[in-house]
Amino acid sequence: MKEISKEDNKAMEQQKKEISKAYGKYAKQFTPKPNYVGNGIKAFMVGGAICTMALWVQNQLMAQGINEKDAGTFVTIGLVALAQFLTGLGIFDSIAKFAGAGVIVPITGFANSMVAPAIEYKKEGPVLGVGAKLFSVAGPVLVCGISSAVLVGIIYWLMGR
Amino acid sequence: MEYVYAFLIGGVICLIGQILMDATKLTAPRILVIFVVSGVVLQALHLYQPIVDLAGNGATVPLPGFGYNLAKGAMEGAKNGFLEAITGPLTASAAGIAVAITFGYLISLIFTPKTPKGN
Amino acid sequence: MKKKVGRQSILFSERPYLRGRGTVVGKKEGEGPLAGYFDVILDEDMYGEKSWEKAESKMLKESMMRAVQRAGLTKEDIDVMLSGDLLNQLMSSSFMARDLHIPFLGLYGACSTMTESLVMGSILIDGGFAQNVLAGASSHFCTAERQFRMPVEHGNQRPPSAQWTATAAGAVVVSSQEKKPQPAPAVRATAATIGKVIDAGIKDANQMGAAMAPAAVDTLLNHLEDTGRGIDYYDLIATGDLGFIGKDIMVDLLIDAGLPSDKVYERYDDCGTMLFTKEQDVHGGGSGCGCSASVFCGYLLDKLETGQLKKVLLMSTGAMLSTISPFQGESIPGIAHAIALEAE
Repeated sequence: MKEISKEDNKAMEQQKKEISKAYGKYAKQFTPKPNYVGNGIKAFMVGGAICTMALWVQNQLMAQGINEKDAGTFVTIGLVALAQFLTGLGIFDSIAKFAGAGVIVPITGFANSMVAPAIEYKKEGPVLGVGAKLFSVAGPVLVCGISSAVLVGIIYWLMGR
Repeated sequence: MEYVYAFLIGGVICLIGQILMDATKLTAPRILVIFVVSGVVLQALHLYQPIVDLAGNGATVPLPGFGYNLAKGAMEGAKNGFLEAITGPLTASAAGIAVAITFGYLISLIFTPKTPKGN
Repeated sequence: MKKKVGRQSILFSERPYLRGRGTVVGKKEGEGPLAGYFDVILDEDMYGEKSWEKAESKMLKESMMRAVQRAGLTKEDIDVMLSGDLLNQLMSSSFMARDLHIPFLGLYGACSTMTESLVMGSILIDGGFAQNVLAGASSHFCTAERQFRMPVEHGNQRPPSAQWTATAAGAVVVSSQEKKPQPAPAVRATAATIGKVIDAGIKDANQMGAAMAPAAVDTLLNHLEDTGRGIDYYDLIATGDLGFIGKDIMVDLLIDAGLPSDKVYERYDDCGTMLFTKEQDVHGGGSGCGCSASVFCGYLLDKLETGQLKKVLLMSTGAMLSTISPFQGESIPGIAHAIALEAE
């Protein structure tokens, strides 16, 4: 039997791609579209409300004599803890179903993304289950965020010399 | 006025996220990564600081704000030498990350997940 | 005697009997339109177990035991047990088999497993390799969701095309002998078609119905051609879990292939759209091995046994993706097997 030659393979791949494109287009006409406007408004309103509330809390803290930087940190901590607590109670996913990006894009979404996978892996143990899964979604965010920031730091250090 | 800006800017950033989720096939983890990294890049180009000055928490609470915070730490640290350029990002966001890990771990150990009724 | 007909079909000369059946479904499935047809409806998805995987395993075991009981047999009478599920290394099935001490063959056909196990079971009986075969399949929303998609508590929005993995298990005893006394009418397997894997290039895991529909169309057309039967030979042709979107695509493709449109609308349905109503917030409809398993073992077999349906073609559909293939940019291959069941 003849081996599958490189050219045949390439032609097959090309054909597969064309079928995929045509069928994807065909299947699309049967698929209901997400409600762009409705979802957008909800995300805008909820996201805006969370930020406004955070600002109000921060202003209250600053009125107590806490400096701006610390007050900001407290607000972040509070939001993270609240989102994780709501995830634990099983409420966060219902809120997110309504608000979508309105709660996923603020830091609350990051906090949820840590607890959500971890909480399901309790039976797999506190180390390799919960401990590892805490970072299954948040890990990539931290890895990409921190390494790009460190890179920025090094570039600025080189420029400043 | 600062509340209006916080609401508008925060809302718009979330709206961008919603459009990304609905219109593209990007999954939530990818969107989180994109937002954080874009915050880092924007701040590195000095483009995010003006938004923060204008909207305060409206710009720092959404995830680009997390990236902004990391990059800001790196840029400030870079003024004090190589070591601080590297430790800067984590120093700046240490509190948030520490709480997210510790409290998240605790919550995950205490609570049990529930089957959603519908999605 | 030659049993194979055409390219990929089989006509059973012994026509094995389906003599016992059992179903266990979750709470949500028990609130659906078919609630009255299931043996056991759970009031919570853990089923008194410590993990979701164990719960699924117990559901499968319970449906297997009920099938054996209803067949008027004991588990010592069962020669082979065929079963599969969606979990890695067939955890639910293997762990269920660990308790039952029945010779066991694990099958993986993703959501097509119910038909796959029925086809294999009927072949074993028809060939004289076994007297009684237990065939089943199961799925669980929470086990499948955390393996294939997102954690259940994660705050993501499901697009309208996303399907809902059914928490359900179904099992059937396939036998060379009819049950005595046989309540009229007996249900027998008469023909089967083994499907080909067909990939139309859909990459979105929230588009399962669209990914599997071409495979279902291919299997159905080949079945009709191989057996020389027309679409009106069957009272009902039921695909496994194409859902609302996949069903529309299937209908469109069948009519496009030249089948009479009035008969397609009249005789074709999908288990994924039968198990739930649209009001249950399942978006695209039901999916998972348990979807066609429970609808077939609970509802369709009941209709056959009571004579309300005479000839049914069950075509469970499967999406043969793995947990890593989407990350490698692979599209979703689909498969569908068909088995013809007749009441006589």
